[in-house]
Amino acid sequence: MENVKKCCANQQTSKTLLKAKEELRDIKGKEGALIPALHKIQSVYGYLPEEALMLVSEELDIPITQIYGVASFYSFFSLEPKGQHIISVCLGTACYVKGAQNILERLSSELGIEEGSTTEDGKFTLQATRCIGACGLAPVIMIDEKVYGKLSSHDIPKILREYK
Amino acid sequence: MKSAIELNEIRNTFKDEVCQYTNGSIARILVGVATCGIAAGAESVISEFQEQLNQLGLSDIAITQTGCIGVCDLEPIVDVIMPGEDKVTYVRMTPEKVKKVVSNHIKNGHIVEEYTIKHILDNLNTKGLANINSTKLEEVNFFKKQKRIALKNCGIINPESIDEYIALNGYKALEKAIIEMTSKEVVDLLKESGLRGRGGGGFTTGLKWEFTAKAENDKKYVVCNADEGDPGAFMDRSILEGDPQSILEAMTIAGYAVGANKGFIYIRAEYPMAVKRLEKAISQAKEYELLGKNILGTNFSFDIELRLGAGAFVCGEETALIRSIEGERGMSVQKPPFPANSGLWGKPTLINNVETFANITQMILKGSEWFRSIGTEKSPGTKVFALGGKITNTGLVEIPMGTTLREVIYEIGGGIPHNKEFKAVQTGGPSGGCIPFTHIDSPIDYDTLTAIGSMMGSGGMIVMDEDNCMVDVAKFFLEFVSHESCGKCSPCRIGTKRLLEILTKITEGKGTIEDIDNLERLSHDIKATALCGLGQTAPNPVLSTLKYFRHEYEAHVNEHRCVAGVCKAFKSYTIKPVRCVGCGVCARVCPVHAITGVVKKPYSIDQEKCIKCGACMDQCRFEAIENTFKKERE
Ligand SMILES: Cc1cc2nc3c(=O)[nH]c(=O)nc-3n(C[C@H](O)[C@H](O)[C@H](O)COP(=O)(O)O)c2cc1C
Ligand code: SF4
Ligand code: FES
Repeated sequence: MENVKKCCANQQTSKTLLKAKEELRDIKGKEGALIPALHKIQSVYGYLPEEALMLVSEELDIPITQIYGVASFYSFFSLEPKGQHIISVCLGTACYVKGAQNILERLSSELGIEEGSTTEDGKFTLQATRCIGACGLAPVIMIDEKVYGKLSSHDIPKILREYK
Repeated sequence: MKSAIELNEIRNTFKDEVCQYTNGSIARILVGVATCGIAAGAESVISEFQEQLNQLGLSDIAITQTGCIGVCDLEPIVDVIMPGEDKVTYVRMTPEKVKKVVSNHIKNGHIVEEYTIKHILDNLNTKGLANINSTKLEEVNFFKKQKRIALKNCGIINPESIDEYIALNGYKALEKAIIEMTSKEVVDLLKESGLRGRGGGGFTTGLKWEFTAKAENDKKYVVCNADEGDPGAFMDRSILEGDPQSILEAMTIAGYAVGANKGFIYIRAEYPMAVKRLEKAISQAKEYELLGKNILGTNFSFDIELRLGAGAFVCGEETALIRSIEGERGMSVQKPPFPANSGLWGKPTLINNVETFANITQMILKGSEWFRSIGTEKSPGTKVFALGGKITNTGLVEIPMGTTLREVIYEIGGGIPHNKEFKAVQTGGPSGGCIPFTHIDSPIDYDTLTAIGSMMGSGGMIVMDEDNCMVDVAKFFLEFVSHESCGKCSPCRIGTKRLLEILTKITEGKGTIEDIDNLERLSHDIKATALCGLGQTAPNPVLSTLKYFRHEYEAHVNEHRCVAGVCKAFKSYTIKPVRCVGCGVCARVCPVHAITGVVKKPYSIDQEKCIKCGACMDQCRFEAIENTFKKERE
């Protein structure tokens, strides 16, 4: 039983790896291909796992140290897996002056995690983001792709319940 | 291949589809679907329209998705254009309202007055938006003071249709430029127009084009900077979501003028919808061979590729942006050499901002005289601002340069809501400053804004009222820039951290008078010594708040008081026993259970446990909770 499971899991990863390889094919010949490649990997895996970065290194012939340097420079890239739902709190200026900090604090206390981390059960990642262009509805948060606007901190528990 | 003649045919065929006024012959429903519209619920409005029209067998009526028209507060916005009738604008639409609009207006020809922009605004009695006798958006004050060049097509055409773009004279400018004009004539026209870069710096665009044109090389590039780093602004995104073809056309013209055959658009990955629309626009333009080889039958070829950013503010700075496209860490490098001489892969590269490009096609078609007739002598043309914060009408506005701050904030923006007092307006984002009421009559142009300690920036305009603490605002921006510093030079990497530490100390009630002096000294040092624009402008929020709101810093330090009641160290929440009816709501909302009491008797707050979040105060309907230090003035 144990063995069977393991073998499936391996198959799973190699499938994703194949998909990643496939995605990289179009990019290979381009000038400045590294960042587009990292975007592709992140869209396949949701983050940048080591095995995929090794693949990028091989395919694009770029040393892994350089890839790590680039990946860690940009905040959009994540070297860690993220939660099932990503909660982004807009800390753009318009939201900030309308009390976005309180919203972030409330979320942080409701979820019991700091900004930038993931709940233990892997359900939520809480992160701050910049203007998402819904300033008219400030303060706003975005859970996955859905935007919630004109919030006050006591709306938070109700919104979280939708995802529990 | 599309020739000029074929383009004209498209213009004639699609004339009716884009017609906004009474002489149209087909019924159309336009729904604003940019990020803001979707956030407000535009998608459910569209599906309800589809369903209602299907039920009535009216599915031939076109539902067109347009970009953002700019009045975010009234989204979702729907225009209904019936043949031979005036356009009617419905605002704050919901699926429920859609049912009524379809059955009363579209089916039976009776306008649903109570959902029209006029009715809703009359009831809101919003200054700036009100006083209209029209059901049309364009006649609201919010629009009357505006002049739309860069936003010309936003909210008007379907951004995913190249035909609609062509129908509104799209690609006419390209035709004129590459068929009737020499490269030099295009550059000269731009120089005469006096257009200055809209990305922040305000450098004369014509000169930049000329430098790049004159740089000798077999390979050159055109780059469109769509990184839009200002954390409270979204002008560029709206243009890209609402009118992507205009940027492609302008970049192609730029390619012709400077002698480049390849363009890149560097866009933030956080703008998925803009990316999607640009991808679509590029593939349509390629299909029409308006991008590619031998454009319009000439021997000029041009191609455009998208490159996504990855969440680094410094990559808005042109030299860092170049590194990033090359696939490196986005770190700035010393200028000169300027990109015009040595940019992408060391080749001459023209970099302009999205909004700068958005002005080009109109200018080619209407001439430099026309452009100069708008705005001021030194800052001709218009500027788009993302108006936000403590202001009644948030949204996107495009105004002629020289319009005063007062006009934008009070006439277009409708002033400060909830009878609060204006404190400051912030322009220029993290590189800019806070402007106090004493300068409210200043005209908006590059030089005036710089002279009063702020800057034009890329177009964020955030209004702050008496409830905003200016030390806290300075801290907000310093948190941002210290986090975003690329780390290459120490004044910026270490200096901004130190500024942030001092500001934090002050907001936590531990500051001293020397700290205020140190802030000022260090700010000037960083400005003088940092390598790139990020570091050189990072201290501006500190300097401008120190200049105009020093008393707030001093109150924090000397009196342990935050005038606006923002800084938590000085704040305490207490319950006034005489007002408390003992309903218990506060105890239920308190996230840390700091409030206890017995029903129908006054409750009390355990100051040790209280995290000063203010949730109780928001919820109390009896005004029984008091925030001490708030509004306690000399
Ligand atoms: C820290 C920093 C951030 C910048 N961010 C942007 C940006 O987001 N968008 C932009 O167009 N220009 C930005 N700029 C300005 C660019 O470096 C460059 O001047 C501009 O893209 C030139 O285009 P323009 O002449 O059309 O304005 C930034 C500059 C600095 C120093
Ligand atoms: S000023 Fe800041 S962002 Fe610019 S090069 Fe120096 S460290 Fe990097
Ligand atoms: S600042 Fe939050 S959406 Fe713009």
